Amino acid sequence: MLANIVNLLSSACLLLGAFLIISGAVGVLRFPDFFTRMHAAGVTETLATTLILLGLMLLAGWSIISFKLLLILLFILITSPVASHALTKAALHGKLWPLVDGKNEQ
Amino acid sequence: MLIACAVAILVVMVMAIVRALLGPTIYDRILAVNLFGTKTVLLIAVIGFLFGRPDFLDIALVYALINFISIVGVLRYFEYNRSEEGGSL
Amino acid sequence: MLAGIYGLLSASFFVSMDAVDVAFTEAAVGAGVFPLLMLTALTVTGRFEQTAHRRPRAAFFLVLVTGALMILGTLDMPAFGSPDAPAHTHVAARYIQLSPTEIGIPNMVTSVLADYRAFDTLGEVVVVFTAVVGVLILLTSVDQRQRPSPANAVETMRGHMILRVVSKMLIPLILLFALYVQFHGEYGPGGGFQAGVIFAAAIILYAMLFGLAKAEAAIKPSILRLLAAFGVLLYGGVGVVSFLTGVNYLDYSRLAADPVTGRHIGILGIELGVGITVAAAMILIFYAFAGYAAGRAEAE
Repeated sequence: MLANIVNLLSSACLLLGAFLIISGAVGVLRFPDFFTRMHAAGVTETLATTLILLGLMLLAGWSIISFKLLLILLFILITSPVASHALTKAALHGKLWPLVDGKNEQ
Repeated sequence: MLIACAVAILVVMVMAIVRALLGPTIYDRILAVNLFGTKTVLLIAVIGFLFGRPDFLDIALVYALINFISIVGVLRYFEYNRSEEGGSL
Repeated sequence: MLAGIYGLLSASFFVSMDAVDVAFTEAAVGAGVFPLLMLTALTVTGRFEQTAHRRPRAAFFLVLVTGALMILGTLDMPAFGSPDAPAHTHVAARYIQLSPTEIGIPNMVTSVLADYRAFDTLGEVVVVFTAVVGVLILLTSVDQRQRPSPANAVETMRGHMILRVVSKMLIPLILLFALYVQFHGEYGPGGGFQAGVIFAAAIILYAMLFGLAKAEAAIKPSILRLLAAFGVLLYGGVGVVSFLTGVNYLDYSRLAADPVTGRHIGILGIELGVGITVAAAMILIFYAFAGYAAGRAEAE
């Protein structure tokens, strides 16, 4: 009974995570300029990663594997937003301006 | 479920490569490579579960580290010598 | 940078072919350190290549022929995973059957690499060491004056406050993880090469964010040079010690009363040597390239 519920939960997490990363990737492919693409990638990435790793953790149960997954999760949660931030900042420094109303405004 | 997840991650990786090849600016390419790297971490973790080989998690951890470091490195060097037009890679 | 993707991709291949250790190395070297060194080399050589006016037809033809020959060669190879391939009929079977009882460590790759084939691995370590010596000779002998003095070295990336703070948090974790990989190599994937590369990557991250001068103050190049030589020496020294116990060079069975324990000690020793050499080598190469690039920028 309990195992069933855990399985169901982990499946739900995995599927939701898969859906989120795909939507993020579609955004990265189709959005018009760099900053919107960054938005699509950065926002979905943290939640999707959390969900997928959480699903795997539920599958693994209490063990060293779960601990390692937790480490990976923490690491990605720390580095991914920082990388996004640094990248956007570098882009702004590099004189790349966001699109406003479909055109580049200085 | 795991297989569906792995397939989704693979699709995303393909999309990231497309963006890296298309990407009009350097930053788009870096963004795509970053996305690719994170997805690789996830893919390795999921595949590790599919094959029942939890050793793979160590590799995923190394990827998470290395991905971050290489993004920082790439950023540093493109901010450093941006003086030229900064076109193709 | 696309080479980085290539590294990730090939590592994924290795993962799917169950070669965990190879994937590990590829992950650390191919995806991490290689693009970094490539980029530093690019800053040294300058962005623009002189465009050649000659169409290199002959070279193209040569490449085509070589590629065709290689593909022909692969046709001759046994089918993937077939049991009578040469790789499976020779010594591999013996390694796989006897490794658990003779050496008693779960990771077979480590036992083959560090015990049965210890001499080959010694050669690899010496190759790494030689590479460092070559890079140092080429880059530091050109002009010693060009190296920037620490006082006026430009501190790059001062603006990235968040990046710096987070990296400060992460670097100790990375170093810790490198040590884990180093000493866990007998049980899981890992070992000296990978640990050395991860360790070096952490130091390189520090050097990139806080400036080369600070990193060189924290870990001095002279000490690194000593360490690189010391790692090779440690490896060879373990061999000499086992020589003195009355068995072959790099045969660790008599390092302790029990041959299995002796092999453990021997493998730990040489893995440590490998790790030290690789880490010192990587950091030294990075220092050399980055210092040279900074010196060039200052001279201009």
